[in-house]
Amino acid sequence: MKPIVKVKNLTFKYDKRIEEETLSDLSFTVNQGEWLAVIGHNGSGKSTLAKLLVGLLEPEEGSICIAGLNVNDTMNRNGRSHIGLVFQNPENQFIGTTVEDDVAFGLENINMPYEEMVKRIGKALKLVDMYEFRSHDPSRLSGGQKQRVAIAGMLALKPSLIILDEALVMLDPKSRRELLSTLQHLIKTENITVISITHDMNEAASADRIMILEKGRIVKSGSPSLIFEEQLDLQPPFAERLKRELITRGGEFPENYMTEEEMVRRLCNYCLIV
Amino acid sequence: MQLLFDSVTADYQLGPIRSPRVLRSIDMNLKSGSFTAVIGHTGSGKSSLLKAMNGLLIPTDGQIKIGDTVIKAGKNKRSLKKIRKQVGMVFQFPESQLFAETVEQDICFGPLNFGVPLIKAKKMARDVLIQVGLDPIILTKSPFSLSGGQKRRVAIAGILAMQPEVLVLDEPGAGLDPAGKKEILSLIASWHHEKKLTTVLVTHDMDDVATYADDVIIMNEGQIVMHGDKRSIFSEEKELKKWHVDVPDARRFQLRIEQETGVILPQVCLTVEELAEALIEVNLA
Amino acid sequence: MNKLILGRYFPGDSWLHRLDPRAKLLAGVYFIFVLFLANNWETYLVLGLFTFAVMRLSDVKFGIYLRGVRPLIWLILFTVFLQILFTAGGEIYLDWGPITISEFGLINGVYIFCRFVMIIFISTVITLTTKPIDLTDAINILLRPLQKLRIPVDELSLMLSISLRFIPNLLDETQKVMDAQRARGTEFGEGSLFRQMKTLVPIFLPLFVSSLNRAEDMANAMEVRGYQSGEKRSIFRQLYWRRRDTLSLFIMILLTTLLIWLRTEGGIGH
Repeated sequence: MKPIVKVKNLTFKYDKRIEEETLSDLSFTVNQGEWLAVIGHNGSGKSTLAKLLVGLLEPEEGSICIAGLNVNDTMNRNGRSHIGLVFQNPENQFIGTTVEDDVAFGLENINMPYEEMVKRIGKALKLVDMYEFRSHDPSRLSGGQKQRVAIAGMLALKPSLIILDEALVMLDPKSRRELLSTLQHLIKTENITVISITHDMNEAASADRIMILEKGRIVKSGSPSLIFEEQLDLQPPFAERLKRELITRGGEFPENYMTEEEMVRRLCNYCLIV
Repeated sequence: MQLLFDSVTADYQLGPIRSPRVLRSIDMNLKSGSFTAVIGHTGSGKSSLLKAMNGLLIPTDGQIKIGDTVIKAGKNKRSLKKIRKQVGMVFQFPESQLFAETVEQDICFGPLNFGVPLIKAKKMARDVLIQVGLDPIILTKSPFSLSGGQKRRVAIAGILAMQPEVLVLDEPGAGLDPAGKKEILSLIASWHHEKKLTTVLVTHDMDDVATYADDVIIMNEGQIVMHGDKRSIFSEEKELKKWHVDVPDARRFQLRIEQETGVILPQVCLTVEELAEALIEVNLA
Repeated sequence: MNKLILGRYFPGDSWLHRLDPRAKLLAGVYFIFVLFLANNWETYLVLGLFTFAVMRLSDVKFGIYLRGVRPLIWLILFTVFLQILFTAGGEIYLDWGPITISEFGLINGVYIFCRFVMIIFISTVITLTTKPIDLTDAINILLRPLQKLRIPVDELSLMLSISLRFIPNLLDETQKVMDAQRARGTEFGEGSLFRQMKTLVPIFLPLFVSSLNRAEDMANAMEVRGYQSGEKRSIFRQLYWRRRDTLSLFIMILLTTLLIWLRTEGGIGH
């Protein structure tokens, strides 16, 4: 596994006169094809990190290197097309008046010839199941559909890294689940890396790795099972919560984190023994 | 306070374009003191139902009775004012309605519109601000200088200051982190019990329905397709599937276990605690 | 707000809907110039018939066009009135101190009225049958030569199309904020002018704040997606010039020829 994102000693503050830093001395790497969930309370610096990663803000100290390119020096249009960012509010990121116009926007910016654009747009919209809606007005779509279009806009540019800045937060649980599984599928087939900034624990639990930010520092990083075992203040996914409830009621269960599959298997086995 | 809908039909008229009927002959009776969750996908008529409860959408047919005030087609000027005072409405992302120079002025806006004297309104502003868990120090601050979660609380405080008897909320926890969302919803639940409110909550999260509501209404294409207490509603999987409605996590897990083990649990479980009890009861754990 | 017809698009599939927006725009502007060739009843009759034919081709009901004229009717009548008062010549019908109504004055008044109505009808035809975004594209392409004069045509048309795209959002949001403030006891359109003005603050302030946030989000989204002003961009929205578009311009030239001929034949005033 080779790292695609390398962040070293990243420090940032919005107001230079204030001592306190929004992000201080952050260092981490993300491997190719990995899904990293970044969690933390409001004000922990999560969204600032997203803006730094795509070059919307400039770090005060430290460096960010994505796919071999230093974010700050080479942040020209070609550098940008390696990274996609999906924002929280799907409403405010649409530029085109139809779905396909919007997907086209990023391609127009790199001056892609028309024939190539048509091909790429068709493919990207099919990947997120929005091809039938290509001539629709984006403002008439549901929240989940809008985020799908936004993701298609990134995919058309064949990015190596997609950053989700609380992109699933405004969706209802059902569209959230559906979009999550679409994204997980895309990671495998298109070999994309994802950094997801989120406070949805179900989403975090399905990531490869979770990184917890608190007051601009990384307090913990590790696999979901490790994180949910050690950070008892985080609300874990349902199966683990059930396990804890059962333990308090005298049930005998292992201390370590259990996924839903493991929990179901265990209860079934127990049933067979009885 | 009781909310009674008697075959209410309503639509929007926007210039030359008439929208399809957004509410189609709705019959509904929400008892005084009930806590009802309204479920349905985008465009099912949930928001219109809420608006009708506040006289923001007037029926073209049928009538709405809130307490002893009646709203029906035609002019309802006096009853509208009365209803809007009695029914407090928290819109989705209510922080986007903040406008005043200070938090105090914003919270007082509603009460003053309904003729509450300034001194009383100010005192109320202070009280509700403490109730929503904020420090009265911010009364003199600009609402725009607050964080997202604080703005949401201030906006909700602005509704509570009107001392409504019916509280109608459209996804009050949307966009907040789990801790923030839980705090807001528990606050609402405790007011509901303390002040004996009649509460209507629109939400997409079935676990919220399971935790806070007593009754459930499911809407589809402007009609109420299911209405009953939550346990009986969540026991009807087939019906729910037809309307594309989820079940709470606990119920989903219960169904999976029942299917894989063949053991049927003694009751419909809606929360993690209930499910744990039931599993121990049947010796599955 | 919702009664305004001018500037609104009616979806359809008529011959006019299918014309290239550039052809429609060129022909429309050309028509306004051609109107000034008319100087007698024959020429006005020809132009009137032409306008009527174009309106029939659009497949939009006549009543909708009339509604387009309604908001401007007072302006039109005022101009007509001035025209009648200040044109002299021919027989005098009424001489009432400083006010005289003459034959030429009346005729000119009628002409001015026709001219106004035709301009409104023709521009309504164009906006009713063309998507706003297509019109923006057409303006962009037709104004492109101005880039030589260092006028940022691409940027201006992108601004125009983004604004168009946000109009529905802004209307929705206005409705939402109005509802929210009504729920808090505000009554709109009541009381003195001063009171009414005061009720506007709780609406415009939130709208202003949210528009600013929106603009910032939008600018960020554009930057992240690689937009840089002044750089060369390709265009996804293609326009196709077909035979019927050339034909429509040819019809305009025929119309001009006919008008010039009818003019020299002589009429009232010659």
